[in-house]
Amino acid sequence: MRNYLLPDFLVQVGEGCSACGRCARECSFGVISMESGRPVARHSRCVACARCVTFCPTGALRVVPNQVAHRHNPYWSVSLRHDLMRQAQTGGMLLAGAGNDLAYQSIWDHLLLDASQVTNPSIDPLREPMEVVTFLGAKPSALQVEARPEGTLRLAHPLPPQIRLEVPILLGAMSLGAVNLNVHRILARAAQETGTLWNCGEGGLHEELYEFGPSTVVQVASGRFGVHPRYLERAAAVEIKMGQGAKPGIGGHLPGEKVTAEIAATRMIPEGADALSPAPHHDIYSIEDLAQLVGAVKQATGFAKPVGVKIAAVHHVAAIASGAVRAGADFVTVDGFRGGTGAAPKVVRNHMGIPLELALAAVDDRLREEGIRNEVTLVASGGIRSSGDMVKALALGADAVAVGTAALVSLGCTLCQACHTGRCAWGLTTQDPKLAARQDLEEGVERVGNLIRAWATELREVLGALGINAVESLRGNRERLRAVGLDAETLAVLGVQAAGRE
Amino acid sequence: MQRHWLSLGCRRPGASDAHQGGTTVLTVSARGLDHVSLNRLLAEAAAAGERAVRVTEVLGHRYIGTGLGGELSLTLEGTPGEDLGAFMDGPTVRVLGNAQNAVGNTMNSGLIAIHGSAGDILGHSLRGGRIWVRGDVGYRVGIHMKAQPGNGPAIVVGGAAGDFLGEYMAGGVLIVLGLTDQGRQRPVGNWLGTGMHGGTIYVRGSVPEHRLGKGAGREELTDADREELRRHLEPYCWEFCLDPDSLVSDSYTKLVPLTYRPYGRLYVSTVGEC
Ligand code: SF4
Ligand code: SF4
Repeated sequence: MRNYLLPDFLVQVGEGCSACGRCARECSFGVISMESGRPVARHSRCVACARCVTFCPTGALRVVPNQVAHRHNPYWSVSLRHDLMRQAQTGGMLLAGAGNDLAYQSIWDHLLLDASQVTNPSIDPLREPMEVVTFLGAKPSALQVEARPEGTLRLAHPLPPQIRLEVPILLGAMSLGAVNLNVHRILARAAQETGTLWNCGEGGLHEELYEFGPSTVVQVASGRFGVHPRYLERAAAVEIKMGQGAKPGIGGHLPGEKVTAEIAATRMIPEGADALSPAPHHDIYSIEDLAQLVGAVKQATGFAKPVGVKIAAVHHVAAIASGAVRAGADFVTVDGFRGGTGAAPKVVRNHMGIPLELALAAVDDRLREEGIRNEVTLVASGGIRSSGDMVKALALGADAVAVGTAALVSLGCTLCQACHTGRCAWGLTTQDPKLAARQDLEEGVERVGNLIRAWATELREVLGALGINAVESLRGNRERLRAVGLDAETLAVLGVQAAGRE
Repeated sequence: MQRHWLSLGCRRPGASDAHQGGTTVLTVSARGLDHVSLNRLLAEAAAAGERAVRVTEVLGHRYIGTGLGGELSLTLEGTPGEDLGAFMDGPTVRVLGNAQNAVGNTMNSGLIAIHGSAGDILGHSLRGGRIWVRGDVGYRVGIHMKAQPGNGPAIVVGGAAGDFLGEYMAGGVLIVLGLTDQGRQRPVGNWLGTGMHGGTIYVRGSVPEHRLGKGAGREELTDADREELRRHLEPYCWEFCLDPDSLVSDSYTKLVPLTYRPYGRLYVSTVGEC
């Protein structure tokens, strides 16, 4: 078959090149090689990960879009036409990594926060206490207090299990297989050091990281990889993964070549075997079935830890979330359509699911209407890019957010979307030990930790400007949001007024 | 709570007294207990070093043996509820009666022996241990069961199984004997072994082509298969007072994955060279 594909990018070696060979060593996609002492590029392989450019000591390298003049046609974009050619040449389903890259409207960018002035003065977070601690777990509708004979008071019934989060920012689920053990090590330690939780995803928890159990959310997904009584026991919380924002409605599979000895041991399968996660949990065909699994996990963990359910933001997300709460979930993670993935069919990644902003507002509304909002901690994930997005998510109704892609970017990810190739030049979504070694543990922990600390500081700053001193008062406080450029229907779903309205 | 002599009725030939299918055990009645209380009681018994417990009047109590480790031996009289022995890691559970759905869900090791019939999704994601059923089982049995090196799971069904048996199977052994089939020639349903990419299914007798799911292929039985069958059927037969020799030597349909890499050529990358 002839190849009609033009390279997406061109690697240009400029004047200053000292022929040190660094770019050839850094490139994990086999683009650059040294020939007769000069770097030579095979452009067609370049994914624009920018690793070579970042590490070129002389600044002589450029990676530029391969701009070929085509008659202007925004409808038939170049990327679409390239996809068609790839399919024509192979007959394959398009596979992509990272998150949805289409230019759907970002609602976050149309929401603005209120600020206090004059009659409701703002607070200086540097001088006044600002509470951002959040508790993950179901909250009772009422507290009953009883007096003890010696005159002290105590709760008549024990509280459901709670986990104290120093900041309302969790590290989102990324499985061992999607990322490598080095990344898991970084996330686990960063979570421990910042007093929050990381999530090991659906591929099990490596033995070595069992010591981070008190900072770990473990997943039970349809493939049940690595799910074992000890795994459940070690975790701070257990999340039943029903859906993922990047690929709602489908399962996943880790190809055998990525199932290294390490991953095999953690997933509890043979080395080199394909690891298929079926689309549904085959023991869950109804809310009652979901309740049964939630119950089984609670039974297996002695009712001592929160058990949550992760769902993708889809059309009926509010009803599904309500069902999950009624099934006994102590926390529900709503994952929006901008969420990342190690690999997903492009058609699913780019065209399925709904925006987190709308899903979150709908879920929060529905749970309030039904009087069960307090029974659950709501975690919002899927494309939270900044503390701004986080604050808006909290105001729309989330108790906390979870970040995946943002954490990877803090570790170097340039969103080149080549995760599914397993050749991540930044050592993140690869199992190649040489590439994985590019992630330095100490530095990585500091980077992710810094990100969380910076967002927490920004959260305090914003709370102060809003004139409130606890993140509690922000949760679901949509009155402090206003919208610009959104249509009436979207405003209605968001429960947010247009900017300028009193 | 009392101690009773518990007889399992069948005697394993040549076994020592301790394994003659009977022992004195602690007896608990489940009547009036909700499942949380019953399971707490059993966990306490296990923690107190009790080796065997008999539970009478079991009436749909869920999660018995769920998450339980150790070597406790439970004998249940009545009908346990859903998720019997889920995530279980070691114990032996005998059910002198029928069982409901999701028996041995994501179980790691141990033995569950059901003297009656069981419902759907028995052995879902079973990773190790054995599940034996004397009677029939429902749909989606052995779905996504997988083998870990050195810890291969096995399910033996004495009667017939419903549709989707061994779907997504990634490892282990599934045996269907069709002993309750009564000439219907249907010990297994449709979509047998759909998407299987590991493990082996043995069905006593023949299986018509249209019952096979996509991904499952036939293979001739070898001597090694007979050995494998004997390894699983002997202890099974001791449990249920059956004759292993005739069962092992019967004719079987053997099914294995057509490919161990079902999705090998499904995709094309959206980046880099094509
Ligand atoms: S793939 Fe990355 S490292 Fe390789 S040439 Fe392109 S930008 Fe540079
Ligand atoms: S994780 Fe690696 S491969 Fe994936 S988008 Fe980021 S840099 Fe690219």
